[in-house]
Amino acid sequence: MSNVFILADFASDKATKTTAELATAAARIGSVTAVVLAGAGKGAALAATVNQGPIANVVILESDDFTQFGVAASADAFANLIKEKSPAAVLIASHAFGKEVAARVAVLTESGIITDAVDVGADATATQLVFGGSTTVHSKVSHGTPIITVRPNSVEADLSAASPAIESATANIGEAAKKSKVSSSQPPIKGGRPDLTEANIVVSGGRGTNGDFAAVEKFADELGAAVGASRAATDAGWYPHSHQVGQTGKTVSPQLYVACGISGAIQHRAGMQTSKTIVVINKDPEAPLFDIADFGVIGDLFNVLPQATVGISAKKA
Amino acid sequence: MKIAVCVKQVPDSWAEKKMVNGVLDRENVDAVLNDLDEYAVEEALRIAEAHGGNEEGGANTVTVISMGPDRATEAVRKALSMGANDAILVTDSALAGADALATSAVLSKVISDGGYDLVICGTESTDARMSVVPAMISARLGWAQLTFASKVTVDPAGTVSITRVTEAGVDEISASFPCVISVVEKINEPRYPSFKGIMAAKKKVIEQKDLAAVGVSGQSAWSQVNDATPRPARSAGVKVTDEGSGGSALVDFLAEKKLI
Repeated sequence: MSNVFILADFASDKATKTTAELATAAARIGSVTAVVLAGAGKGAALAATVNQGPIANVVILESDDFTQFGVAASADAFANLIKEKSPAAVLIASHAFGKEVAARVAVLTESGIITDAVDVGADATATQLVFGGSTTVHSKVSHGTPIITVRPNSVEADLSAASPAIESATANIGEAAKKSKVSSSQPPIKGGRPDLTEANIVVSGGRGTNGDFAAVEKFADELGAAVGASRAATDAGWYPHSHQVGQTGKTVSPQLYVACGISGAIQHRAGMQTSKTIVVINKDPEAPLFDIADFGVIGDLFNVLPQATVGISAKKA
Repeated sequence: MKIAVCVKQVPDSWAEKKMVNGVLDRENVDAVLNDLDEYAVEEALRIAEAHGGNEEGGANTVTVISMGPDRATEAVRKALSMGANDAILVTDSALAGADALATSAVLSKVISDGGYDLVICGTESTDARMSVVPAMISARLGWAQLTFASKVTVDPAGTVSITRVTEAGVDEISASFPCVISVVEKINEPRYPSFKGIMAAKKKVIEQKDLAAVGVSGQSAWSQVNDATPRPARSAGVKVTDEGSGGSALVDFLAEKKLI
């Protein structure tokens, strides 16, 4: 059986659900090896958290260069391992770090690359949703090792317990990959809410909030949701840019997307229209986003959201 | 300093896009300078202005580099009207349908021949949205990669520090020239071309080259689209007007869908 590599994805020193999602997709192609990039002496602890999903093997590459030289060093070591082991395909998480590692690995291994896949088939055909989710595309790498980045929260993860065989390999990192030096790193400020791109529920606010996100946040917290914002809201400085959903911001595809006071410019739609269920709350009955809403409430979000928040809380009790 | 800015002409984000024979139909849509590249042009100009300017005979030059069909001159001209000095546009029929790998190979050759200190890019194009080209150029040239910058500080003596902002957090990264930088949109507010800038841009040189002149052979795409299907448009579902119980109606809907 052919061997498929995934680049294990971590947050706060623990394997993320995305790691299991990558493994689930990769297992359709072959036996899954999760590659763990770790600082010196930290590999075993990280590898121990890679315990969910159809993962047969874990290979640990340890080097402090990963933290010191970031993307370039990580990609170099990973590419060298790929050249040595010739896996049938390589799956990586589709976030900034993952896409950049994939980009460098594609160059270094002379391989074709596909980004932002929402699904991967047994023959390594990738499914992508392009043009803001309006078109489904199937594509395939035709040269070298298929390097595919998979969007978090797209593949339903097999979360069964894994007890992979763990081994270590040498991290080979060339001098050309040690040119940008990371002097400090700070994790994102969490604020107790799930990550926007990984959340099952996203509640977003737009112009209609008038800068007051309290009702949006309370509703989101009642649902255990992430908070997003339209470009109008982030440009106005009402909410951090890192929470912007849309063409120039994050693309989200949660089970439930609740748009509050967002009219629905095509820019915004591009970032959320592949959500499974869409709820729209807007005072303006003509707001274009109503056209794609499964459920729409024509009303003031400052009345609708507090009532819904209380209603959900009552259901839980 | 010699600064290069890589830009791309893309279909207007408001335009309806279609696939024809597995590639994006670029001919029948309005084309504009990629929004996110305007931040790169602006940042290049600001860096030049902070260190002696880029007027003729000044301490710095800002060169626009692009790859695309003849009509991409419009997007390049916009970057020139913002204040860049000159431009190189690679146009070759062999590049139609080029993927990110082929694009980065061509850009890298132009960059390496130009002897630049800094190359500045946007983080992604609004059409393909891969965000891989800056990292690919860095890998190909063996130059330092300083990407997803929300702040760039340049010491003309030969070092650059950036603040990198991604979903993974905030990193401070530094490197020596030459570097490949990509900038996020919160970094600056791109200037509108002034009338004077637009007039001046008409006289600026856009050096148009084919692959032979660049000295790189065209490479076919290393991934192929098997099929592209428009997704059925979402149809509107239930719409209620809030007359005092809109919130409760929403809760009932969520409960019915088993979302709560």
